[in-house]
Amino acid sequence: MTIHQMPADNTKPAYNYAYLDEQTKRMIRRALLKAVAVPGYQVPFGSREMPLARGWGTGGIQITAAIIGPADTLKVIDQGADDTTNAVSIRRFFERTADARTCEATDDATIIQTRHRIPEAPLKPGQVIVYQVPTPEPLRRLEPREAETRKMHAWAEYGLMQVKLYEDIARYGEITKTYDYPVMVNGRYVMAPSPIPKFDNPKMHMSPALQLFGAGREKRIYALPPYTSVRSLDFEDHPFRIQSWTQPCGLCGAGDSYLDEVVIDDQGGRMFVCSDSHYCETRRAEGHRGTMLGDAAASGLVEETTP
Amino acid sequence: MPTETMIAPGFSDPVFQSQAAFRALLAALSEPGTLQQVAGEIAPPEGLATATATALLTLADYETPVWLPEALRNGPAGAWLRFHCAAALVDDPAEAAFAVIDGAADEPRLSAFNLGTDQFPDRSTTVIVQVAGLEGGPAITFSGPGIPGTRTITSQGLRARFIDELHENNAIYPLGVDVLLAHGEGLIGLPRSTQIEEVR
Repeated sequence: MTIHQMPADNTKPAYNYAYLDEQTKRMIRRALLKAVAVPGYQVPFGSREMPLARGWGTGGIQITAAIIGPADTLKVIDQGADDTTNAVSIRRFFERTADARTCEATDDATIIQTRHRIPEAPLKPGQVIVYQVPTPEPLRRLEPREAETRKMHAWAEYGLMQVKLYEDIARYGEITKTYDYPVMVNGRYVMAPSPIPKFDNPKMHMSPALQLFGAGREKRIYALPPYTSVRSLDFEDHPFRIQSWTQPCGLCGAGDSYLDEVVIDDQGGRMFVCSDSHYCETRRAEGHRGTMLGDAAASGLVEETTP
Repeated sequence: MPTETMIAPGFSDPVFQSQAAFRALLAALSEPGTLQQVAGEIAPPEGLATATATALLTLADYETPVWLPEALRNGPAGAWLRFHCAAALVDDPAEAAFAVIDGAADEPRLSAFNLGTDQFPDRSTTVIVQVAGLEGGPAITFSGPGIPGTRTITSQGLRARFIDELHENNAIYPLGVDVLLAHGEGLIGLPRSTQIEEVR
């Protein structure tokens, strides 16, 4: 049995375009419009059962399903990579259910669905980036009761979050949060940027692209319209800083991208590679060579392209 | 059957026409002040602009009470909305999820609609304001989320105190209604987050 069940006469698929029924799409669309009108505020929505488990991107998938149309080109990334299981499955889901055109090039995409990264290539006006969000409530670890966190947002009572960040500094000398780093949106709502590394936080500020966030399990949708102020929380004497690395990407030599540390043997050997697979490939195709590209190509891990 | 009681057709291809219309609505409210166009593929009932009718077909259903001016509610537009959207038509503006008002009429004021609550600002009304034109009128300059710097609109046929109402609406942010100006096939979004910078 496949997802794409065909009735006996083989004329039409057994589900609507983009999987969701039209009433569900209307409900999600209404939530999206309120989300862009109040940037950073989490709009409750009736999250549906999807043909994959909650926690695997169902919030992002439902948003993509509600906005995608025949004119769109979809890119899906998981931790920056186009070729990991979650990304491949979701891409295939929309190829089957919405007959979607898909791509890996950030430039070519009109909708980018992402888990845990923002692409390195700058986003453009007219693009939509859809984040898969596991925990939409930035205050949840500090206050488990929804009734309380809702009041804290209503009254902009964010002292607890500042205290938490301060305690980090008092204990460790710096803010230890490295991903899902809380941000202040449009000077009003504290928002969880989903588990992107804090390296990506500055890319959200005044981005020309529309940013939509979907949390399927937690049933929340929120959004950042283009050109919206997004400030990472910090202190005057402990300003926000992004991660940095001591060496560039081993494959493409990039010194400006987010790097994953990869263990390569049992002797303690390791290398750093770009987490954004398309960015790394593009740079290699342009002739940039990292110090370990030769080794990786020789073992068949990557293709060595000559420009 | 007399022709005035006949209900005009809605979308001929609901899935794709509503998807395209929604993207125009999403662009309108996420980039306030930009002029967005919906496809002129439907014949709207008397009293509703094509953009208004398309927006309601795209967004309204049995979950969303709609407020219309009394003349429209009791006319073909009301029957058309009940038939196509199965939406309840309400008397009280504060109960509405969507509302259509005439930009030149004095009543009701924007503050008469549902402004949301501090814990649920998303429950506010989306007000579609039908105007005499979206270009060629007095200039109003806006700033806010979705606008790089400032953006200017020149819509026509808004009541004199509408500017004050928009000011008041923005002042209670994050509460407030979200406004869509509609004329013909054009739409301009003015969500509650948008501030007036200058009126000329």
